[in-house]
Amino acid sequence: MTRVRTVLLPPALAIVFAALLCAVALLISGDSPLTALRVMITQVGEGTTAIDILNSGAIYYIAGLAVAIGFQMKLFNIGIEGQYRLAACVAAIVGGTLVLPPVLHTIVILLVAMVVGAAWAGIAALLKAFRGVSEVISTIMLNFLATGLIAFLIRPDSFGVLRGNNISTDPIPPSGQFPGISFGSSGTLFGMVFVAALLGLGYAFLLDRTRFGFELKASGESDTAATAGGVNARRMTIIALLMSGAVAGLVGLPELVGRDFAYTLTSPQGYGFTGIAVALLGRNHPFGIALGALLWAFLDKSALALDNVGVPREIVLIMQGSVVLSVVVAYEIVRRYELAAEQRRVAAQLRAASAAPAEEVKA
Amino acid sequence: MVGSDTGTDAEFAVELTGITKRFPGVVANSDIHLSVRRGEVHALCGENGAGKSTLMKILYGMQQPDEGTIAVDGKPVRFRSPSDAIRAGIGMVHQHFMLADNLTVLENVVLGAEAMHGIGAKARKRIAELSRTVGLDVGHDVLVERLGVADRQRVEILKVLYRGARTVILDEPTAVLVPQEVEELFETVRNMRSEGFTFLFISHKLDEVRAIADSITVIRRGTSVGTADPHTVTTRQLAEMMVGSELPTPSTTDSTVTDREVLRVSGLQLPGEAGGRALLADVDLVVRAGEVLGIAGVEGNGQTELVETIMGMRRAASGTITLSGTDISRATTLQRREAGIGYIPEDRTRHGLLATQPLWVNRILGHQSRPPVSRGGPLGLLDRAAARRDTERIVREFDVRTPGVDVPAAALSGGNQQKLVVGRELSGDPVLLIASHPTRGVDVGAQAGIWAELRRARAAGLAVLLISADLDELIGLSDTIKVMLRGRLVADADPATVTPEELGSAMTGAGGQPGGAGAPPEPPPDPHPDDGVDDGAGGGRHRAADGTGGTQEPRTGESTA
Repeated sequence: MTRVRTVLLPPALAIVFAALLCAVALLISGDSPLTALRVMITQVGEGTTAIDILNSGAIYYIAGLAVAIGFQMKLFNIGIEGQYRLAACVAAIVGGTLVLPPVLHTIVILLVAMVVGAAWAGIAALLKAFRGVSEVISTIMLNFLATGLIAFLIRPDSFGVLRGNNISTDPIPPSGQFPGISFGSSGTLFGMVFVAALLGLGYAFLLDRTRFGFELKASGESDTAATAGGVNARRMTIIALLMSGAVAGLVGLPELVGRDFAYTLTSPQGYGFTGIAVALLGRNHPFGIALGALLWAFLDKSALALDNVGVPREIVLIMQGSVVLSVVVAYEIVRRYELAAEQRRVAAQLRAASAAPAEEVKA
Repeated sequence: MVGSDTGTDAEFAVELTGITKRFPGVVANSDIHLSVRRGEVHALCGENGAGKSTLMKILYGMQQPDEGTIAVDGKPVRFRSPSDAIRAGIGMVHQHFMLADNLTVLENVVLGAEAMHGIGAKARKRIAELSRTVGLDVGHDVLVERLGVADRQRVEILKVLYRGARTVILDEPTAVLVPQEVEELFETVRNMRSEGFTFLFISHKLDEVRAIADSITVIRRGTSVGTADPHTVTTRQLAEMMVGSELPTPSTTDSTVTDREVLRVSGLQLPGEAGGRALLADVDLVVRAGEVLGIAGVEGNGQTELVETIMGMRRAASGTITLSGTDISRATTLQRREAGIGYIPEDRTRHGLLATQPLWVNRILGHQSRPPVSRGGPLGLLDRAAARRDTERIVREFDVRTPGVDVPAAALSGGNQQKLVVGRELSGDPVLLIASHPTRGVDVGAQAGIWAELRRARAAGLAVLLISADLDELIGLSDTIKVMLRGRLVADADPATVTPEELGSAMTGAGGQPGGAGAPPEPPPDPHPDDGVDDGAGGGRHRAADGTGGTQEPRTGESTA
């Protein structure tokens, strides 16, 4: 009961608060909040929106997981952005070059993406572990480096090809593509959605059932206590950032192996930062991140629908921003309240339990 | 020893009547009465968590009482903030000093009170006058970081006086001092008393209370249980008023020392940072099975570093650490734990517990690679059910007062947290236990329980390295005592013959070899064995104060184990 309240109350409060805020913003700009709400809800059943939400949600979910792995031990991997873009670019190049049987080809592409993501994060990990460089700074810088590196890699002189006025890598042949599930006119669900779900399960298992997950959480909660308990903080830092980077490497793949089949100059950007917001929304919990990712994808799609009825699409940005802020605040308030309540409850139970025996001691 | 009482007709400097303070679900103070006469040293005694701090926060204006009245110099007052209290002439010296290290004495004193005498010559003159009162000999332009603990404390008192306090609250002032410094502080307090200052002295060190106080009020479970006359009451009687039951002692009886070496440390060196004084220099020690080796020392003389080096949290520059014949000098902390070292850290909240995690998760810490909580295997699977079961065992065997193993560690009281840590560290059959201040900050009931567990483990052949600032605990539990000073083991002492005073002088490097004086280990004989607690000496409450609790309803139930 208490647990359910602790887990569900804050996000519910935050969403209600964010909705109110947006309603006010809409009223000020002269639009009807009710119309906006109706449009946002009805759009889900129209066209490919539902499938699109799931597809985008899967991408956001993978990005959120990558961030959450770092968050578990208070590491702020801002570099998801650079890691996934570089990983997708290299994976596209490798996938377009290799000739391999189906399935194996896809697996190799996934592995390459993970290795590149991990390696890119590994630079920040080594700097952090051996030189004490803040991972926040180094990953931001690595994001810029990744942009430059990608631009170099997909130049026609390097690995790119000029197609129209866009530059892209060689397309991945069908043997390396990850088939989705087609729903006809409703769109095609990426196969990678299931990989994302598996990642979530793996994350949950790792965190709750294994020594590694315990050491990760312990380091995040109190690095001094973890060190005294025999956890090697430096090793944990490196492994956590490497894992975060490996998962980040997969962020770009649902679109790469499920829709685009090549990395282009115009391949989407910004998923890494969305991942941070989604991880915050989900409080690093595997299920929470999933809900956060779906909510974020839903809001993204709403922007288009709102635009169609003349409501400014920027309202969605207000909504997304205020949801994240209010979730963070609401969780902190509820956390403090619950801890105080727990202490009172323990004290009260002990008083009740010890009244009788203590009286006997005195007698 | 105690100065003459000020006249009985003197008005009360501070009078608290019927103070009650409720926090949601908890009554921290319930109907407390406290009357402090002008010009006396009034001691307030009570266990940790008895409600002393809350009461003092109320008197100092940091919290408002729900019921009851405060009167200063006979006039009722209401303090909304500490500045109100300071204006009424009440000052507080906190247990943890609130000084800016990088400022001078003068700057620290004037900081925040610039409006009183400015920051120039007038302030300097006033401070010079007050320095004599508090016995501060150092110049006023010395940086506080250069001062020792005792002088820092004097600066704190000086700060309070500078703001015009006539009544000074001293919160556990002796906790950070060695015996010699305590005596000097008491000298200062007595001098100031003769100048008309009033002191409220909070402590649970009862010998000190008896040495300095003119009257004593005892608080138990949030309410005042009576007053006592320090001339007639014995330490034991006082303690029993505090706990409401018979008291334990830390002494061990028969020696269980064997000749089997468990831990051998030889030639351990740990260089200081940036070429400073070595943190550890040529440390050699041996702990045998069934032996408790106590390390005495003023804090900051290398005890923490010694423990952390043995645990593998710091790397020694040279020297070897051998556990049961195996060289573990290069092993990781986890390997050392797996080899059978249990570790009760000096700061359980920083080094011993994951505060927001439930108790059973805390059971895993330090044992994450070993049964029963680990199933092993390449994935290092944890056995959550076994962790819960074993936590329940610890809760049972070590008398951890908790409604269950799913509450977060932060919800438990300090004593119960410590019992959980002790229980965890004694799990998995350790061969060596490193106990750093194992009963620091825990109440008397939990202290007795922890002592009993340490003694039981020692009898079962455990080797124990004990570091403690509580000299009675050290003398009572140890089979051998070594004194640590500036990173070196400088002297040995025989706990059977050494007194706390001798140990204290060896700890400061003042005295010679302790242990030769042949003083009896027991506390000094009680001069008034039959004299009960003198109720009403302070003109306060007439309550049952016979040490058995009388009609007090038990609230926290911290009875002895």
